[in-house]
Amino acid sequence: MTDTSLSPPMQPVLRVEHLSKSFGALKASNDVSLDLYPGEIHALIGPNGAGKSTLIKQISGGLQPDMGRIELLGHDVTALDTVARARMGLGRTFQISSLAMEFSVLQNAVLGALGACGKSLGFFRNVMKDKALLEVAEEALSRVGLLQAAQQRTADLSHGQRRQLEVAVALTLKPRLFLMDEPMAGLGASGSKELTGFLDQLRYEAPILLVEHDMDAVFALADRISVLVYGAVIATGTADEIRNHPEVRRAYLGEEDET
Amino acid sequence: MGRERLFNLAVILALLAVPLLALALDEPFVITLATKVAILALAGVGLNIALGLGGLVSLGHAAFFGIGGYAMGILAAHAQNYEPLFSWPFLFEGSNQMPLIWLVAVLASAAAALVIGALSLRTSGVYFIMITLAFGQMLYYFAISWSAYGGEDGLSIWVRNEMPGLNTLIPIQFFGVCFALLCGALLFSARLAGSGFGLALSAARQTEERVETVGLQPFKLRLVAFVISGAITGLAGALFADLNRFVSPTMLSWHTSGEIMIFVILGGVGRLYGPVVGAAVYILLEHLLGGISEYWQIFLGLLLLGMVLFARGGLIGALLGREVAHD
Repeated sequence: MTDTSLSPPMQPVLRVEHLSKSFGALKASNDVSLDLYPGEIHALIGPNGAGKSTLIKQISGGLQPDMGRIELLGHDVTALDTVARARMGLGRTFQISSLAMEFSVLQNAVLGALGACGKSLGFFRNVMKDKALLEVAEEALSRVGLLQAAQQRTADLSHGQRRQLEVAVALTLKPRLFLMDEPMAGLGASGSKELTGFLDQLRYEAPILLVEHDMDAVFALADRISVLVYGAVIATGTADEIRNHPEVRRAYLGEEDET
Repeated sequence: MGRERLFNLAVILALLAVPLLALALDEPFVITLATKVAILALAGVGLNIALGLGGLVSLGHAAFFGIGGYAMGILAAHAQNYEPLFSWPFLFEGSNQMPLIWLVAVLASAAAALVIGALSLRTSGVYFIMITLAFGQMLYYFAISWSAYGGEDGLSIWVRNEMPGLNTLIPIQFFGVCFALLCGALLFSARLAGSGFGLALSAARQTEERVETVGLQPFKLRLVAFVISGAITGLAGALFADLNRFVSPTMLSWHTSGEIMIFVILGGVGRLYGPVVGAAVYILLEHLLGGISEYWQIFLGLLLLGMVLFARGGLIGALLGREVAHD
């Protein structure tokens, strides 16, 4: 653990304790504990089928764990649903883009701003003329470099642009922490590099729990890495510690690092 | 002005022009047909909020249409018999005044939609269709056995209800009332679609988990939409009963639900003027082909099949193409 940056005892933004979830005989989450501190990127890696998605779902509120507890900003949220956790400041992005495909790019961003603003939705006023919401939405779009495409239909976006919009919608929520499920998936080398640079800065606004397959990005970004294998965290540590961890090498990095 | 807005304007002007022309040519039956189109379109505008905007395939909207109809029938029947509806805890007399009848129709159908919606919206897809259908049929059989209000035979009202300042017995004046309400509902529906509520509801139809992730409750959005939708269809039911001066359990049957849905699908699901176009084409077909053969619905079926197979956006979609994103 990087104790240098954490010298004053800080409250973790997210604390997952002894989380277990089984589907029949399959232990998708097996006594998982991890936490996320302000200003850090905590990456979660693991081979396919290790239970990353199940874990993400439990943290975001879509799936109830069998055992264990989840704490968000010091509050026990284990029993709360997705909506309540989102309102507390959990900003999630999806592995498979779940955007409103019929909407324009701007409408998707406004939807995020609308949900986060906490005011009543309004039945009569044209939401696309609400200055405050538009400002939030446009700022988020410009930060991910999507402002030029604001009027495009979301279904017409390229895969990479959809990934950018995923991140932009999360930005409009102004969350207290990000939960990002493979934001690099399907991005080209340059897109991946660009997003890596962006997330590197974003961590100072809100810490990021990052599930990612792109190892270059993970090792470049993560303050800490947790390795999930067969539903259990087998190691947590800095990039170097994880690289040199014998069990991790055997279970996961082995094939790649043999050269 | 976009193409669709121009088209919509032409549609609504045509609906206004036809009965005026009929008035000039002394063809009262055509005025009645146009009135029927306006009323059924209004019912469709109601359903379209649930179906088009919210993606809620309700096969139970006859419940609200019928509740609106019975609200009119019961109030007017008590008025024409000079019997109060109830005298405790306060005296409630029947009424032949349209504004009051509309208010009761809207409130009653909204309340029914709240109950039916709260229970049905826990399901989705086919189950939602079946449970809304079941609620509609429950009310249908209840009306059949409710002998106090005519049971299977329904209720006849001798004289059309009154509207302050108008003579509703003159067909063109009653048309005017229905047309004005249709325009009001269309305006309301357009504002709703462009509002924050409309954006969130439409998003919930496209991607439920996204809406939850931004901190909004899809269930609540849908319930509100369902109540608004039921209330508008209920208002149409009160007008429909007034047009026929008759209300019967048929208004509550699932055929009626199907017909209202056909208006929406024929015109274009989610298109603002879809129900107007759909209802107009439906009534035209019924009138023109119904004269040739009593099996005219075969042609309707073919048309509907063609629409669903080749033009997912209904007639408006086939004519104008895909809807552009709201600006």
